[in-house]
Amino acid sequence: MSFDLENLVSDLDTRGAMVYFKGNVDSEVINQVLDSVEGNLLTNHEHPRVRKKVYNVLVESLQNLYHHADRVPAGYRAARPDRYGLVVLEKTPGGSYRITTCNFVSTARVKELEQKITKINNSTALEIKELYKDILNHQEITEKGLGGLGLIDMARKTSNRLEFVFKKYDERNSAFRLSAIISGV
Amino acid sequence: MEPIIIDGTPKTPTIRFDSREGIFEIKGRSIPENSVEFYKPLNEWLDGYMQGPLDKTVVNIRLEYFNTSSSKCILDVFKRLEAIHRSKHDVEINWFYEEDDEDMLEAGEDYDSIIKVPFKMVEIVE
Repeated sequence: MSFDLENLVSDLDTRGAMVYFKGNVDSEVINQVLDSVEGNLLTNHEHPRVRKKVYNVLVESLQNLYHHADRVPAGYRAARPDRYGLVVLEKTPGGSYRITTCNFVSTARVKELEQKITKINNSTALEIKELYKDILNHQEITEKGLGGLGLIDMARKTSNRLEFVFKKYDERNSAFRLSAIISGV
Repeated sequence: MEPIIIDGTPKTPTIRFDSREGIFEIKGRSIPENSVEFYKPLNEWLDGYMQGPLDKTVVNIRLEYFNTSSSKCILDVFKRLEAIHRSKHDVEINWFYEEDDEDMLEAGEDYDSIIKVPFKMVEIVE
């Protein structure tokens, strides 16, 4: 069986997921997912603190895909090769929310990304706060307004470690799975 | 100088910067994919206002959500306000947050620690 991004989430219970999307993550898709999730969280009377965290982390997760997903490898079946990703939002039996995204990244970027997430995961809450402020204040902003704060913000808002997996697709391309967990009240 | 008024959308905030009253407001959600494009006209307007600011400028920030790319652009707005404050004009920033929104409070505290302008945290009790 050929590799599909779905293989990276085979351990998740996606049937009851609040969001399951695979395809091109464009601006319109982001709007639809955010609207649907916000409506769901309000209907379910989720605690405002949790609702806001889920929304915030989902925004960063989706926009990470929008800005940073590399083109799919040649030969991989996808309607469009750019901004291709998979998003799952599920509520776990324990009452937490897990936001998982999968996308392709150039294998050349894997080591740098791995080091970045590991550094965040090994930092205390205070260190993450200081790192956030340092980057906010000192790092140059790109034309799109990106300053490398997305992952740090996700770790800060969730107060949980970011879970990640890289799987080599071919010499040039790797699949990347990232999960952020928002604890319930 | 004419005020700058930009109506809000589900992804971008309402902007009302009134140079005649000296009351500036950013309200709503700031989660666009391209924040720089959205904030560019606002920062250009502020560059003009900085040439002849009022004695007192009050800035009200009432954000429900903002993404990390907006956070940099908002800092750019604050840095311009800091320059106005440095030039011996009163500037006061009111940062509103909902009572259970600790992340929004912390975000305000981050800016307060970076920007040398009087910052007031205002809790909104529902």
